[in-house]
Amino acid sequence: MKENIIIIGGGAAGMEAATQLQKLGLTPVIIEKSNALGGHIAQWDKLFPAFHNAKDVVSKMFDNVKDIKTYLNTEVTDIQRNADGFHAVLSNGEAIDGKAVVLATGFDLFKAERKQEYGYGIYNNVITSLELEKFFRTRKDERINNPKKIGFVHCVGARDVKVGNTYCSKVCCTTALKQACEMKEVFPEAEVYTFYMDLRMFGPGYEDLYLKTQKDYDVKCIRGRVCEVSEDMDGRLVIKAEDTLFGKPLRMTLDLLVLMCSMEKNKSIDKIQQQLGVENNSDGFMQNRDMYLGMNDSKQEGVFVAGTCTAPKSLPDTIGEARSVAVEVFNYVNNK
Amino acid sequence: MIVEGKQKIWADYQKDIPDDHYFYVRSCIRQSFWPASEVTFLDIVRNKLGKDFYENEYHTTCGGIAYHSDSIPQETAMTIIARQFALMHESGYENYVCSCITSFGLYTETLETWHEFPELEAKIRQYLWDSCKKEFAKPKYLAHASDMIYKFRFDIAKQMKFPLVNVKTGKPLKVVEHIGCHYSKMFPSKGFGGAEYPHVLVGMIEAWGGEVVDYPERRHCCGFGFRQYFVQGNRGYSESNTYKKFESMEPYEPDLIITNCPGCPYFLDRWQYVIAEQTGKTYGKNGYGIPALTYEEVAGLVMGYDPWDLGLQMHQVAIEPLLEKMGIPYDPKKKYQGVNGKDLGQPQCPSCIKSV
Repeated sequence: MKENIIIIGGGAAGMEAATQLQKLGLTPVIIEKSNALGGHIAQWDKLFPAFHNAKDVVSKMFDNVKDIKTYLNTEVTDIQRNADGFHAVLSNGEAIDGKAVVLATGFDLFKAERKQEYGYGIYNNVITSLELEKFFRTRKDERINNPKKIGFVHCVGARDVKVGNTYCSKVCCTTALKQACEMKEVFPEAEVYTFYMDLRMFGPGYEDLYLKTQKDYDVKCIRGRVCEVSEDMDGRLVIKAEDTLFGKPLRMTLDLLVLMCSMEKNKSIDKIQQQLGVENNSDGFMQNRDMYLGMNDSKQEGVFVAGTCTAPKSLPDTIGEARSVAVEVFNYVNNK
Repeated sequence: MIVEGKQKIWADYQKDIPDDHYFYVRSCIRQSFWPASEVTFLDIVRNKLGKDFYENEYHTTCGGIAYHSDSIPQETAMTIIARQFALMHESGYENYVCSCITSFGLYTETLETWHEFPELEAKIRQYLWDSCKKEFAKPKYLAHASDMIYKFRFDIAKQMKFPLVNVKTGKPLKVVEHIGCHYSKMFPSKGFGGAEYPHVLVGMIEAWGGEVVDYPERRHCCGFGFRQYFVQGNRGYSESNTYKKFESMEPYEPDLIITNCPGCPYFLDRWQYVIAEQTGKTYGKNGYGIPALTYEEVAGLVMGYDPWDLGLQMHQVAIEPLLEKMGIPYDPKKKYQGVNGKDLGQPQCPSCIKSV
């Protein structure tokens, strides 16, 4: 079993890396701490920019890894380097050896209650983008009761010195517009507003989505941050914001406020990361060796990184990195 | 409203406050606006709770009003503050408690600035010696006086004679709490409950039997805001802030407003008269206003102090309807009597807002 490749994390990056490594003739082993593969993307309903069913994408990924050895509900509790590679002790009492380690540990969603001014966990009708996605999947959430006026707040926990995250979370803008369109489809009579700092529509089809959001769905995009949320006697939300294009403060009463929570480093891997000697970058994510030609390498030999453990990324970016890490690992194992 | 959410935040923003032995400094504004509040505070902590609170006749203003009005540079304000701290040290105290929210904010800002910029602290140390020949010292603990009442709120509740309950209906009084901006908005960790959902006054209201009113403009400025009032041309902003708050709280029909800042009770009180004069509108029932009191005044009321000893006649808004709701006895004849029953004469009362 010396050709094992230990993949920590069974989300999109971990599954795709495992798939490609298997195709290249190696033996990947996925170790996933939760009770299912799929990571965050498995909780999503539709994907931007073209509203593909997330389930279709994830199902294909599941199919691809069905023959790959996978540990669920399992964490790596200890990992040591030895002459042949790495020796990992698992939380289920087993131990595995591997030639290389791929850290595909993904991200944590920013805890919205940390932005206290938005009232998440205080006011009933403040929800997160993840909770809205669950509503799209299940159509069940008692807080979403035929809202007439809906607001989306971008950059919750991102580009925000106050919470210590100065980076852009990359996917929230597009997700907000996708979700705004979906809300208009579910509640055609609703007025929908998004509050943004900049709209960063960087990928193919994203700018088209932005135009479609405004032209076809009549979503109103307001450039300005929400500074305060409170509740009136009827339980509706009163928000204060600034419209920086008009240069005026505004106040608005809403039935639902959706917080677009950013990505943060998955801290549950900190101990193992430390054992492996992988450092963090200035944004708190894992540091790769080089942002151009070594994006899948950590600075430690035999330890590779893929996906959102190094920075916020979209799903296509994550899959691309997962495929490239497989090539890097293949070359590393064969040249050793 | 999810109460557990607020409780979690309140639990996250708690301070470990020393029980006793404080050097107390008064507020230049409050001594003019609500002179009995500070006397009541000292009486409660010293004589009702048996604590050691010392004050020194040589302390001065903190310089906060001048600092925030850009009349004096930061170094001057810091030297004034260093002198106050030196007085505390000379008096043998390490815990410093101030009556004024602006002072609390400025003391906090100064201590944090000295921590971040030790070279500035060294400069102020020299200024203090050059100007006053005093030894530089910093408090071990800095508190606002409302922190002390918050800390002892349950001890006060044990001595309570008139809870915040309407004696006619048996229901809790609906109380609006308004925090001074400088209490925790600049340094959330320095205030009980943080900046967004402060607990310092909420805790008092709940401990004394009242019901807290959470209304949309709860966080909004009272209307003082320094430049909004000090610059005469800006006073419309000051009043419009107060107006916005009253319009927002009106549907909840509050019985009382409790504050912990020198300016807030003043502006929430006086602008009610001006709004009534300009628009004919009053926010209390039957043509009265809503009393806006200091936390010491509310503590004094629930503990059974005579309303006129608490200085409640200094408020523009009539206090009598609140006293009747709480079942607090009072002698109307003593309202405008000074020390030893001296008749001070009845002030002229406006007709646009009802007074007794």
